[in-house]
Amino acid sequence: MCATCGCSGKARLRLVTADDTPEVLAAEQLGHDHELSHEHEHRPGHQHRPGHQHEPGHQHSHEHDGGDDRTVILQQKVLAKNDEIAGQNRSWLQGRGVLAVNLMSSPGAGKTTLLERTARELAGQLSISVIEGDQETALDASRISAAGCQVVQINTGVGCHLDASMVAEALRALDPPAGSVVVIENVGNLVCPALFDLGEAARIVLASVPEGADKPVKYPHMFSRADLVLVTKTDLLPYVQFDLARHAADVKQLSPAAQLLQISAVTGDGMREWYDWLRLSLPVT
Amino acid sequence: MHELAIIEGVVDTVTERLGDAPVSSVRLEIGALSGVVDDSLRFCFELATEGTSLQGATLEITQIPGRCRCRTCGSEFSPDGQILLCPCGSADAEVLAGQDLTIASVKVA
Repeated sequence: MCATCGCSGKARLRLVTADDTPEVLAAEQLGHDHELSHEHEHRPGHQHRPGHQHEPGHQHSHEHDGGDDRTVILQQKVLAKNDEIAGQNRSWLQGRGVLAVNLMSSPGAGKTTLLERTARELAGQLSISVIEGDQETALDASRISAAGCQVVQINTGVGCHLDASMVAEALRALDPPAGSVVVIENVGNLVCPALFDLGEAARIVLASVPEGADKPVKYPHMFSRADLVLVTKTDLLPYVQFDLARHAADVKQLSPAAQLLQISAVTGDGMREWYDWLRLSLPVT
Repeated sequence: MHELAIIEGVVDTVTERLGDAPVSSVRLEIGALSGVVDDSLRFCFELATEGTSLQGATLEITQIPGRCRCRTCGSEFSPDGQILLCPCGSADAEVLAGQDLTIASVKVA
């Protein structure tokens, strides 16, 4: 079993190019020869690359005798390893002047559609590459690639989230240029991805209006760590019940500093504000 | 089901630190604001420890209560649930405790 997410298989990583039609990808079953082990046996990577790992050598064990069993005090954070790799990703990205954002939402909230339109409209203005996380298939990667982006697909098998070491591996494959944006499209899930720092500069949560306005209060962990909340599919507002004011108030309560934008990737409403947010978030180099 | 990932992380850390020494119990400190559910951890523990040096070990969980400081009125408070709402009405709070997931100690048989 996978030591990171408990899945029975391994996460698979594949650089998807414009030549990769969905048929080609389906035929090769998504590059089983490019398996990315995300078991916790991560060997140190190469120098100057994300994923370069150091042994956590600053902890101390204290042993106490207590009858037949001896108690060993560990006091070690469970996610220390993930957080350490995420820190390495973050420094590497900052060093290169690359903006990485972690895009999270429930499945079907419009992450890929947003990225497709963004890539097409910002072509020639902003270099965007994408790390696609899905349990299976390269369907999203094909869509993003067709929109003109460099894209790496990570299939997590039964894993419910991306972790920092998968992203480290994907960054190596992408090799994003300075001044560019890397969008990490996390596995569609409002629960598990909230816990795993990937090394991103900002966390973006999408809330689509057909989902209903109650998602922030139902999934507070996800929203409480958001830097930007995008209310998507606003073209559907006349047809669904979605209390924008209530939703905004709940988001504000969970994450007082989070920005909130309303967009429709179908009509284009609000897209300019989203592009402005991206440009303003780029690291100053 | 990220609790399974959490337990796998525990198994990794313990085996990394203690090698193959058979472990009879593990004590975790779970922050009330950590986003992890005790029952789910217990549910996953047996499954995830099977075939490891932690197989058959008991799992003890100590809950660490959440503690916050309000950025508006400056007072400290214990949040009720996951929303960090100060009695003064502000939700702009800094978390002081209760967000961590820590392996406190293990007993080696």
